Amino acid sequence: MGWSRTHTERAAALLSSLLLSACVATPNAVEAPRLGQAVDGAALARQQLNVFPDGRGLPPGRGTVSEGAALFARHCAACHGKDARGGSAEELAGATRPLNTPAADKTIGSYWPYATTLFDFIRRAKPMTAPGTLNADEVYALSAWLLHINGVVGADAVMDARTLPAVRMPNRDGFIRIEAE
Amino acid sequence: MPRQRPDLHTLPEVAGGGLLDRRLFLRRGLALATAAAAAETQAADELPWLHTPGAPFTPYGQPSSHERLTARRIGANRAVAGNGVSFTPLEELEGIITPNGLHFERHHNGVPQIDPARHRLVVHGLVRQALSFDVKSLLRYPMRSQMLFIECGGNSNAGWHGEPIQRSAGSVHGLLSCAEWTGVPLSILLDEAGVDAGASWVIAEGADAGAMNMSIPLTKIRDDCLIGLYQNGERLRPENGYPMRLIVPGWEGVLHVKWLQRLEVTDQPVMSRNETSKYTELQPSGKARQFTFTMDCKSLITSPSHGQTLPRPDVYQVSGLAWSGHGRIRRVEVSADGGKSWADAALESPALPRCLTRFRIPWRWDGKPAVLKSRATDEHGNLQPERAALVAERGRAGYFHYNAIVAWAVEDDGLVTHTY
Repeated sequence: MGWSRTHTERAAALLSSLLLSACVATPNAVEAPRLGQAVDGAALARQQLNVFPDGRGLPPGRGTVSEGAALFARHCAACHGKDARGGSAEELAGATRPLNTPAADKTIGSYWPYATTLFDFIRRAKPMTAPGTLNADEVYALSAWLLHINGVVGADAVMDARTLPAVRMPNRDGFIRIEAE
Repeated sequence: MPRQRPDLHTLPEVAGGGLLDRRLFLRRGLALATAAAAAETQAADELPWLHTPGAPFTPYGQPSSHERLTARRIGANRAVAGNGVSFTPLEELEGIITPNGLHFERHHNGVPQIDPARHRLVVHGLVRQALSFDVKSLLRYPMRSQMLFIECGGNSNAGWHGEPIQRSAGSVHGLLSCAEWTGVPLSILLDEAGVDAGASWVIAEGADAGAMNMSIPLTKIRDDCLIGLYQNGERLRPENGYPMRLIVPGWEGVLHVKWLQRLEVTDQPVMSRNETSKYTELQPSGKARQFTFTMDCKSLITSPSHGQTLPRPDVYQVSGLAWSGHGRIRRVEVSADGGKSWADAALESPALPRCLTRFRIPWRWDGKPAVLKSRATDEHGNLQPERAALVAERGRAGYFHYNAIVAWAVEDDGLVTHTY
């Protein structure tokens, strides 16, 4: 903008900004007491559970398909079935009816768009009776086994912070964003 | 001069099937029948409460023991009792406010019993300074109150079934409640932390067993979201998020994260389990709708409704609820002939944006089979669709965001059932 304000314009701008701040219906930060306390970065990192599709938020560690099979049998099979095809809890694998048919199977392999969601959800919510107690290696292993029984990765797959976000899920492009860019 | 009572049996109809002018309600002394059974009358000298002292004070009031059937209907996982829903009994209630003890619930792994002295809300991510707020501090911030409905994205999902489900209105459509929510505008806390340029999402996380997380666009958060601390004047109840929950006006219930403990400001959604494998709607094409945040324009007749009985041909009050996540309800029409003709219902004040609105219209039932329907229009012109139109557009595998017209069949014996 190649123009400079006159004194009158500056005064008018100042006045209108004062009026504006006096008139806003919602109290703004200036009026708030500002009681938030600074957070220690290390503590924050320990509590942070969000894992993004690009792998941001994934911790160090690694797990294999065979380790995951044993963990699933111990912690998950009672509800999800021994082959993860469903029980009192939902089916996670074994889809036979495609998404464009009636009563389609919405499993990890057929429906979930991102592999990182597995880590995010298992770490925070599983097992049901003691959520948040599995370590990173165990969560990577369970992710590996679930991806394997869904035919997404091979039996020798190793999941870690590098390999998990690199997995391309079969239904990656199956979603239409309605109210988000 | 006393107003003359109109003869309800000679008044002209305003639509087929016996619907009468909505303004009849404004005439004083006009008593309309309801489907609820009348109480037996008793001589006053036999009434014990007239002759013995009553109970002493109680510190916190409870409903009458005679109203114990006005209760939430619980649908929980047998294997994990804290995983399920409880429905608000909409047909048992009047007005628009849901009593706090009857507000619907959806829990994944039980109701945490949180000590407010040990609870913190952390705001971090793309901010100048990550901040932590304890509950006492938040109670000192400027607050705002707003009457708003909350509706689960999965409410009414039995409507996708091929056959109409035969359950009470609240047991099908009662993942819907309305309250006055009071809390701190979230924009205040974000301003205090200082949001970085490039931020566009906020990921909210609860402190339940499972720490459920959901992504919400930053524009919505800044526009009108609250940290909810009070519900209908009292602090939130544990099952509704004590000590604090997110309030996201007009958007699906799962975003109103209960037991809120963390807000991560980011440049992208986290793609959590609940926003990918759940709360996405599979279409006949095989593609799924995702990030369908706004609850669409909708209405429901609560009286008469499924399971109730009209005792005899008479003039009844048809009453129900309308709502739209897009804004204010502008119009509700009622049909007594299965949708062939429609009449405008009266909208009761207040008719607030993103809040339940009560509608009423008198209806003269002649004792013959009838089908009652209601359809709402909001201030943006969104019209509640017929079921056939919704199913034609979305298929039947969407599971979430069902907002089609609900139809009640009245049989010749007065019994009301669910029909399509």
